[in-house]
Amino acid sequence: MSIAEEKRAQPVIEMLDVAVPVFDEPGRVVLEHVTWTVSAGDYWVVAGLHGTGKSDLLMMTAGLIAPARGMYRFCNQQMPIMDETELETRLRVGLVFDGGRLFNHLSVAENIALPLRYHRALPVQETKTHVEMLLRLMQLDQLADAMPTTLGHSWQKRVGLARALVLQPEVLLIDNPLGGLDARNAQWWLRFLDELSVGHTVMGGKPLTLVVATDTLSPWQGHARQVALLDHGQFIALGSWDEIGETDDPRLKAVLAELGV
Amino acid sequence: MQLVFTLGRMQNGAAQNTRLIAGHMLRQVDRIGLRTAALGRKLLGFVLTARDLGAFALITLGVLISKFSVAPEIMRPRVRHEINRAGVRLLPMFVFLAIALGLLVIGQAVAWLTPVGAIDYLGPIIVIVVVRELGPLLTALVVLARVGAAHVVELGNTRALGEVEALEALGIDPVHYLVVPRLIGLALGIFSLTVYLIVGVLVSGYLWAFIQEVPLLPGQYFRQVTSALGWLDFASIALKTIGFGFVIATVTCYHGLARPLRLDEVPRATVHAVAQSLVGCVLLDALFIIIYLSA
Repeated sequence: MSIAEEKRAQPVIEMLDVAVPVFDEPGRVVLEHVTWTVSAGDYWVVAGLHGTGKSDLLMMTAGLIAPARGMYRFCNQQMPIMDETELETRLRVGLVFDGGRLFNHLSVAENIALPLRYHRALPVQETKTHVEMLLRLMQLDQLADAMPTTLGHSWQKRVGLARALVLQPEVLLIDNPLGGLDARNAQWWLRFLDELSVGHTVMGGKPLTLVVATDTLSPWQGHARQVALLDHGQFIALGSWDEIGETDDPRLKAVLAELGV
Repeated sequence: MQLVFTLGRMQNGAAQNTRLIAGHMLRQVDRIGLRTAALGRKLLGFVLTARDLGAFALITLGVLISKFSVAPEIMRPRVRHEINRAGVRLLPMFVFLAIALGLLVIGQAVAWLTPVGAIDYLGPIIVIVVVRELGPLLTALVVLARVGAAHVVELGNTRALGEVEALEALGIDPVHYLVVPRLIGLALGIFSLTVYLIVGVLVSGYLWAFIQEVPLLPGQYFRQVTSALGWLDFASIALKTIGFGFVIATVTCYHGLARPLRLDEVPRATVHAVAQSLVGCVLLDALFIIIYLSA
């Protein structure tokens, strides 16, 4: 095994019997017994119907909330990382929210530049060049000075993705990226995420580990490489698409049918 | 038989009366119980809010000190913006207030002191009323109404729209990015505006006195004022105004960030924040009065 392959096989997310709390109600658990390992270079799609805890799982994975129970390690560090000296480890994971959650008081370019300006003491010109490159590669250059409230839903999502990528994370968590998008924009996202997974210019050609949460599984066939399901408070890591085809569990088959597979 | 019947009726009537009285008493007890419970809930709510506000104030102070030099490129313009908002932009309003207050306090005082030959007390009156009390408190209340309420709405929307989580996901401390600039802006804004208001009132007050043809030369007037001022007044203005800024920033930012999870909760949070800031400022002012009187 080459050094690159060995690095790609290293686990970045390790969960052992984790209970995922609801973000707005930390006392309530939405998912139980989550045992899941994501290795560097994986491209997971986590599918579940509305209210099954997809967003809460991503928020916990990003370190915004602590697990209610169990062990969660990210890049060999206990999560959530609260220690400021370990901030760099935390910044190795990026989160793209459903709807973008842009900062409404900042323009598109300022939204993207904010994390870079906050965390990296780069010269102004270097920050500007980096942001312009990102805007161009994501076809956002015409909207650089626009305010988020004037943008359509699909553009807000795309700016949210650009903002999450600006710090060059190693793992990217994306919440419902295709929700409410038209066919053209959905295709752009699928293509762009495929490129990120194998190495995109935006990331300097470095492959990105992706975890996508979705409520429809069918668009991800032929794109994501690993699949997990959320159903009735349970996390079911199914593995590859081939393994899904081999399942003969009638309950799983019913859930897969509900998710469009 | 008739007697037995009458006695029976009387007993029945007495029993009925007893039942009525007992029922009435039970209802009264219920009412008292409900009121006590409501009062208890309010008291508990007050204690819990005070505890949360104290914790939030300590966290803010901790972040202010520990992250003082973090991300200066981002933070300096934000602090400048907040100083501009809570200070510079309110100057025209404070010019008007200074003129009005000069008329109200000094104009009235002169009008009443001159006939009784007590014009020598003008300086102490101005220092007590304007410098020690009205200047700082009025400034804080005006800034609370103009800027503090807006902070709750902005931060409430930020919270309800999920921008706080977005900041956290990017590794940006929301208290550092959102609260610290507002705290510095309010503290410096209230301090500066208080100084401008006091100077404005002193000048406009003399002008009103001059219009009323009071036989008082500018030199005499300002000598009276300066001789009534002590070092404690200067220290009190600085500490009190910075304290007011801290109270308003803590309460408004706490209610903006800690509570509203939905947009419809923002107006309620604003009302609570303004009322609690007002109470906080008055209590702080009372504390300063006690310190001043015991010094």
